[in-house]
Amino acid sequence: MNQTLKKLVSFLAVFAFVFAIGTEVMAAKKSKTLKNTQKKGFVRCGVSQGLPGFSNADASGNWTGVDVDVCRAVAAAVLGDAGKVKFTPLSAKERFTALTSGEIDILSRNTTWTLSRDADIGLTFVGVNFYDGQGFMVRKDSGITSTSQFKSGISACTNIGTTTELNMRDFFTSKGISYEPVAFEKADEVVAAYDAGRCDTYTTDKSGLAAQRTKMKDPDAHIVLPETISKEPLGPVVRQGDSVWEDIVRWSLNVMIEAEEYGITSANADSMKTSENPAIKRLVGAEGELGAAFGLDNEWSLRIIKQVGNYGESYKRNIADPGILPDRGPNQLWTKGGILYVPPAR
Amino acid sequence: MNSKIRKILPQIITLLAVVLIFGFFTFNAQINMDNRGIEFGYGFLSQESSFDVQFSLIEYDGSHSYARAYLVGLLNTLLVAFIGIIISTIIGIIVGIARLSPNYLIERSAAFYVEFFRNIPLLLQIFFWYFAALRALPLPQDADPIFGVFFLTIKGLFVPRFIWENLDIFFYSIIAATVSITVIRNYAKRLQQNEGKQLPVFSISAGLLIILPLLAFLIGGVSLNFEIPVLEQMSTTSFKYNGGLGIPPELIALTLALALYTATFIAECVRAGIQGISKGQKEAAASIGLTPNQILKLVIMPQALRIIIPPTTNQYLNLTKNSSLAAAIAYPDLVLVFAGTALMQTGRAIEIVSITMFTYLSISLAISALMNWYNKSIAIKEK
Repeated sequence: MNQTLKKLVSFLAVFAFVFAIGTEVMAAKKSKTLKNTQKKGFVRCGVSQGLPGFSNADASGNWTGVDVDVCRAVAAAVLGDAGKVKFTPLSAKERFTALTSGEIDILSRNTTWTLSRDADIGLTFVGVNFYDGQGFMVRKDSGITSTSQFKSGISACTNIGTTTELNMRDFFTSKGISYEPVAFEKADEVVAAYDAGRCDTYTTDKSGLAAQRTKMKDPDAHIVLPETISKEPLGPVVRQGDSVWEDIVRWSLNVMIEAEEYGITSANADSMKTSENPAIKRLVGAEGELGAAFGLDNEWSLRIIKQVGNYGESYKRNIADPGILPDRGPNQLWTKGGILYVPPAR
Repeated sequence: MNSKIRKILPQIITLLAVVLIFGFFTFNAQINMDNRGIEFGYGFLSQESSFDVQFSLIEYDGSHSYARAYLVGLLNTLLVAFIGIIISTIIGIIVGIARLSPNYLIERSAAFYVEFFRNIPLLLQIFFWYFAALRALPLPQDADPIFGVFFLTIKGLFVPRFIWENLDIFFYSIIAATVSITVIRNYAKRLQQNEGKQLPVFSISAGLLIILPLLAFLIGGVSLNFEIPVLEQMSTTSFKYNGGLGIPPELIALTLALALYTATFIAECVRAGIQGISKGQKEAAASIGLTPNQILKLVIMPQALRIIIPPTTNQYLNLTKNSSLAAAIAYPDLVLVFAGTALMQTGRAIEIVSITMFTYLSISLAISALMNWYNKSIAIKEK
């Protein structure tokens, strides 16, 4: 009897030990990035080196923009404070290496979602926070009003390491126009070179063109041509291999978009807790256990809406009000004629 | 026995440490890449690159492979390094000798040049030549032709293109001239050693170099035409040049900045080399009746070169490596094309960076080997 008891106790002890280790390992496995982020106390976020409306630092080092807001939303969700983000400005060339090497945990840097990037180089795109397309900017006095007026020998300034270089080739080659690509490493130098007259046209994503135009000597002397030559869905990226972290970033973005859909704003979020609509109640954490799936508390989404605002607020604050792209175009909710359509948070 | 072990042991430990550190990094990289589903391999080199490059010495467009894009970048790097080394050597020698000039104005201007260009960061100088100096250039339609055929504009320097006929015969004439000059020089040397007579070797050589190619034109059927760039309007305000040869402003700015910067260091090497020769040498040479030119050419320079070459080799290597700053001003060198665009499009950071590192290492070692060989050939040969 005693012998059996001893055996049982030792078996239980071993079992408890193995189980404890097992759950510890599982918890660690769940999201290493989340654990590290909570330990560090800030979200490590890679942004651009200055693109008004998307990620731009002011004189005192405060970052603003729709890309910045994605990182702030994640910080609000996992750390409870949207301000706890460490921003790392990255060039187009550095960005993926910074993410895969673990320098940053989210890359929110107007990055185009493509098959080869998603599948080939250890990255996972979590969604789209801006639907864009590549366009051309020319000097107004050139008399060019459409890309059909482009002639062989045109010189085009752009950034290296972007899909822009590839689209540009596709575009000019298909039209049979020979061109001179002048590709710089930094956006500021592209703008400076184009502004000085080195190139006849400046090509990048249309939102980028609109934003950079505001930085030029005389913004009114330049126009963005109406044609869009490519699809550029821009969105946040995470490292491959941490699916929980991937889900957190994806749903932080989705919550912002869905909040706009249900009319929840940073101002009325608290009062929405008593709403009749269960979908709204779920979004503000008054119903359901949505946070538990990521290992977060139930108010994670409420904090995002309260501290960062819904997608519409973010767009208005960062892109529409500064006059970059007042018209939301495709970046309007699907219910209002746009293509912003996210899976339901339930 | 004991002392043997004591000698070998530290070396074994060092070797082990090096191997372990490399092993650790390789192992780590392997695990991290496995975790993120990144595969290691050089297969991408044969894939279609699908991006264009502004300036290339060989035929290239986006339908060629990444390997070809690498070659384009490499050749562009070598081009800048080659032109840069030649220009910086010429400026360096002139300024170096000028710094020893008894003429106060010449000496001071040379010193000012050296101190000014040596002490400003190279990247700033590149930006200066590109953005400040070249931006001051006119738009294509406002450019005044230089000698009627050169056009220096913001879009580059446009020069006439040579159109040759029977180019091979012209080359043969140059080769013939070179061979006969070598023969004559050897003959002149023997003549001087045996009979003490001097031949005007320089004038004869110059004459041969002019007369033989001239004969090729007159009776060899060689002809040379120029294709002069013509301005063409593309829209109300944008113009471009058709025909001729366009040299992009990025290449000009980069070469200029690199050459002016490196020349300051070479000038100092030259000055040090000449000053390193004792005064007695010069005086002794003068006392046996050599002219000042002969003293510099026959006595000072051969000895000074032994001091000048090794540090100058360093400067050549620096210039070559500094040419990688090209990326800042859009000159498509190896770093911009291969370690920039190609790296981004493929995402193969480890492979591409390792290839690029290995390439720079090879270029540097090749320059080093060449200069060492030259250094050996002019070193004192003890008999």
